[in-house]
This record gives sequence, C-alpha cells and structure tokens, in this order.
Amino acid sequence: MSARSSALPARSRPGLSPARRARNLLMGALIGLSTVIVVAPLILIFGYLLREGLGAMNLDFFTRTPAPEGETGGGLLNAIVGSLQMLAMASVLGVGVGVAGGIFLAEYPRHPLMPTVRMLSDVLAGIPAIVMGLVAYGLIVLQFGFSGLAGAVALGFLMIPIVVRTTEEVLKLVPLTVREAGLSLGLPQWLVILRIVLPAAAGGIVTGVMLALARVAGEAAPLLFTAFGNPLVSLDPTKPMSALPLEIFRGATSAYDENQRLAKAGALLLILIIFATSLLARWASRRR
Amino acid sequence: MSEPLRPRPAPRAALSGRSDRTFQLLILALASVIVGVFVLSVYQLGRESWPALREFGLGFYTERTWNPVTGQFGAAQMVIGTLVTSLAALVLSVPLAVASALFVAEYAPKWLANPVGYLIELLAAVPSVVYGLWALFVVAPILGRWQQGFFADPANLQVYTRCQDLWNSGQTTLQCFFVPSAFDGRGLALAILILTVMILPYTASVARDVIRLVPQDQREAMYALGATKWEVISRAILPYARAGILGGVILALGRALGETLAVAMVIGDSQDIIKSLWGGASTMASVIANQFGDAQETLHRSSVVALGLGLFFLSVLVNFLARVVIARLTPRGIQ
Repeated sequence: MSARSSALPARSRPGLSPARRARNLLMGALIGLSTVIVVAPLILIFGYLLREGLGAMNLDFFTRTPAPEGETGGGLLNAIVGSLQMLAMASVLGVGVGVAGGIFLAEYPRHPLMPTVRMLSDVLAGIPAIVMGLVAYGLIVLQFGFSGLAGAVALGFLMIPIVVRTTEEVLKLVPLTVREAGLSLGLPQWLVILRIVLPAAAGGIVTGVMLALARVAGEAAPLLFTAFGNPLVSLDPTKPMSALPLEIFRGATSAYDENQRLAKAGALLLILIIFATSLLARWASRRR
Repeated sequence: MSEPLRPRPAPRAALSGRSDRTFQLLILALASVIVGVFVLSVYQLGRESWPALREFGLGFYTERTWNPVTGQFGAAQMVIGTLVTSLAALVLSVPLAVASALFVAEYAPKWLANPVGYLIELLAAVPSVVYGLWALFVVAPILGRWQQGFFADPANLQVYTRCQDLWNSGQTTLQCFFVPSAFDGRGLALAILILTVMILPYTASVARDVIRLVPQDQREAMYALGATKWEVISRAILPYARAGILGGVILALGRALGETLAVAMVIGDSQDIIKSLWGGASTMASVIANQFGDAQETLHRSSVVALGLGLFFLSVLVNFLARVVIARLTPRGIQ
C-alpha cells in the first residue's frame, strides 16, 4: 500500500503523451463505473425487498401459517420453524462429517486415502444443489416419502465440503510446534488433536460452519422434492416440512398477490438472516 | 493426571497406541462418508436415469425432441440452453468482475475498498430464489415494457409480424433472433442477465485475492519505467494474475451451469428450439426444477434424472478443468 501510494502519480509527470494520459484516465473511469455496476444489484435488491417486504413483516408474519390460496392474512411460521429444524439437522451431518474430514486431511496427510478424500470433497463442492436434491430423493424419499429429514440430508451433503475446506485450512494454521509440545508431554496423538489443536482452531471452524449455514439456508432447489413444503407447522422430521426459500419460490411463482406479498417479506427475512450470519462470521475471522 | 510422580506403567504405551488407532479409525470412518456421498450420488443418479439411457442411449444428450406426451425425450435443447446461458453470462461478467477486483485491490483507498469488498461478498450470499424473485417482479416488467414500447412503432411491428409468420412456418432468420416472441420480459436474455449478476461475485472475489498476491516489486518495476497506472495494471498485474483469475472464471462457470431456481423462474421454460434471444428456453437445471415434481411416468422421470446425471458429470469436468488450468498457468513461486 505505502509503496504504491509513494509512486509518482502519472498525471503530474512531464512528457507523458496525451494519448497515454487519456487512456489511463479512461480505464480508471471504466473500472470505477464497472464497480458501481457490480454492486448496484445488491443495493437495488435490498432496497426493493425493504420497500415491499417490511410492511408485511408484522406479528402475523411470525406467528401464523399461510392463509389458504386466495384469502388474505397469514404468515410464514411454518417456514421459519421448518428452516430452523432442517438447518439444525443438516448441521449434525455437515459439521460431524465436515470437521472429521478436515481433521483427516490436515492431521493424517500421509494416509493413503487422503488424496481421494481431498479430491472428492472438492468435487462435491462443485455439484449443483438441485442434483443433491435428486440424490436425497433417491436415497430417502423413494422409500419413506417426502420428509424434513430428507431435506436436511440434502442440505447436510451441501454443507460437508464447505466445512471440510475451512476446517482443514484453520487446522493447518495451528503451528506444528504446538502439536510437538503436546506429543513431547506424552499425550497420544488423538488427545493432542482433541485437546490442543481443535480448541486452538475452534474460532475458525465456527466461522466456517456459519458460512456453510448461511450458504445452505437460502437453498430451495434441493428441498423441492425432498422436504417438499407443508402449509402447517410440522415438528415431525419424518413428515413434509416447509422452509423459507421454498415458500419464497412458491410465493413468487404464485398468481395470488397475498402469496407474493408473503414471499417478499420472507425474502427480506432470509437475506437479513444470511447477511447477519456472513457479516458476523467475517467479523469474527477478521478479529482473530 | 492426578498422580504424575508415579512411574508410568508399561502397558500405557500400548494403550495409547490402541486409542490412537481407534481415534484414527473413527475419523477415517466419518471422512469416508465423503467418499460414500460421491459413490451414492453416482449410483442413485445412474440407477434412476437407467430407463431413459437404456431407451435412448447416449443420443439422449444430442437428440432435440423433448415431448412428455409422446414419450420422446432428448436433452439437446437443455444442454444448449445450459451452455449458452452460462457462457454468455461468463463473457458479460468477467470484464466487470475483474474491473471491480482491480478497483478494490488497486484503486480504492482502504476506507472504500473494505466496504466494497463486503458488498461483493454479500452479493455472493444472496440466495438464488431471491435473485429469481427480484428478476421476476422488477426486471422482467421493465424489460417487458421496453419491448412493448419498441414494437408499438409500426415499422418495428412489421418486423415482428414477419418473424411470427416465419416462426409459424418453422423458419427463422438472424434478425428474428433479436425479436421477442412475447412481451413479458421473461426468456433467455433475462436468464443470462440474472446469471451474470449472480456469478459476478465469484470471479470478483477470486480475482481480488489473486491481484493482491501479485508482488509489489512487479508494480514498482513498471512504475520505475515511467508507466501509467493502467499500463502497470495491463502489463504487469493482469498477466501475472492471469492463471488465478482464470481459475475464478472456471469456478464461476461451474456455478452458472448448475444455477437452478433463479433461471427456472425467469427463462420461460420452453423445450422447443431456441427461436429468439428474448424468447423462452430452458436449461438442464431449470427442467429438473420445473418438471421433476410433475413427472409421473417412469420414462419422463428417468429422463429428468438423466439431466441431473449429465449436470453431475459436467460439474466434475469443470472442477478438473479448473485444477488443470491453475496447475498449468500459475507462475512459479505462487501457488
């Protein structure tokens, strides 16, 4: 930074041809303009949802289920409760397997299976969410029918590679000397990992999990034919369950004004939650 | 732990060796779930798409007809739709993304660079459905009004009616490709537009990280030669960061190929031959989202899963491509 700003500004230099000066200014302006174009959609989307959704975010929105099609009133309690349940269940799978996978990649680098696990984890990270929905459909829904559990499994599959990658990265940041100090005290390797390395990396792992949650909390595609949706509040994970992104999708593609109104309010709630989670995670990782 | 002075009994070493092995086995068992998910995915998708692939063979992916009524299924239109939307969005987004990365890394003072960086990362966090909702409720009506206004002009309307006649007789011309078939704003162009916005932050944040990794010497050497800022960027920074940026571009391509709901909501869900840039089309992912739930018949359902299988292998392919590109093009010294 300091070295760059100390470089002599190009326009004050004598002998710079007008063409070069003009090109320099033009490209600078284009780069600034492009940046405005890049961030504009975020501001436009957020502004639109605030304008359209905030009014619909009343007490009913948080305490009632959607009114029958064509009637007014109602809220998205079913979706809020469903999303929370599915995210909690998905976390069990995503964090359990993801953290273990990260430990495996970071702490057992000479294990013969390490390259396979690393490669497949990267591959899974690139699989489209809707395809994971199809997989969970085949695995669970075909036998047991639509259920919140099937949706949670699809979301958990999506979380795994994200958690694996961040866990591996933060574990590798823990200095080798810390591990050696533990081993030299006579601790077996597993206790060194569990009692010394993991606590040292805990903050980073939590950040990774939060980012993974923020990512899957907005996914509707894998839930379309797994959790399916439910107009009522359901606490039974073996029954169809609703979720915020599902209700947003159904509402936005619905012909009824009332459903569209709920969808906009739901979208506002969803991006507020997701933004808060991502900013919190980022703030926590900056502070360390 | 409470009796540290007592001499260590001999079996402890063997015990800790065993507990180490047990722990390693536990970790390995959990980590192999990752392998399991991959294998199960291939197995499930393969098993469910088998009826369609047995019926149509690999020609499934190159055949043009998709007709649930007659039971004819060929995915060529969706494959084309997927590739066209993704590549067009890539072409539109890369210059903007790289420019915004340059702004954050090279131009903006710190007090501005950090918030802009945050905003771009939040852009990546906006869910697909929310983009879809915004595109459907805000952008589509604007495009639609614009289209109506344009064809309110009698001369333009003439072109429109001529294209309608051509389309009805199964023909088309290049000019007609730019004529909308309906005036609701939804269609291929809107899908490309929204995909562009959605994949921008992926390329932008990778490009920013890579540009920040370019050594300061590289810049100073150029400045010492009397270069302007733009010359430093175009001759010293971008060539150095090329490989990493390309890696980010391929990552974004992977995202674009699998992007589902935003596209499904705005693309107009038509499985016919793409007639117009503004008209309906479909992608592999959008057809899965729009049709899997309604597909009752085995062959239809299986064909939809076969689209998922194709998408699965496409994303695996893109992942490998990204690795190869990054490994090949990275200048020595930065990894």
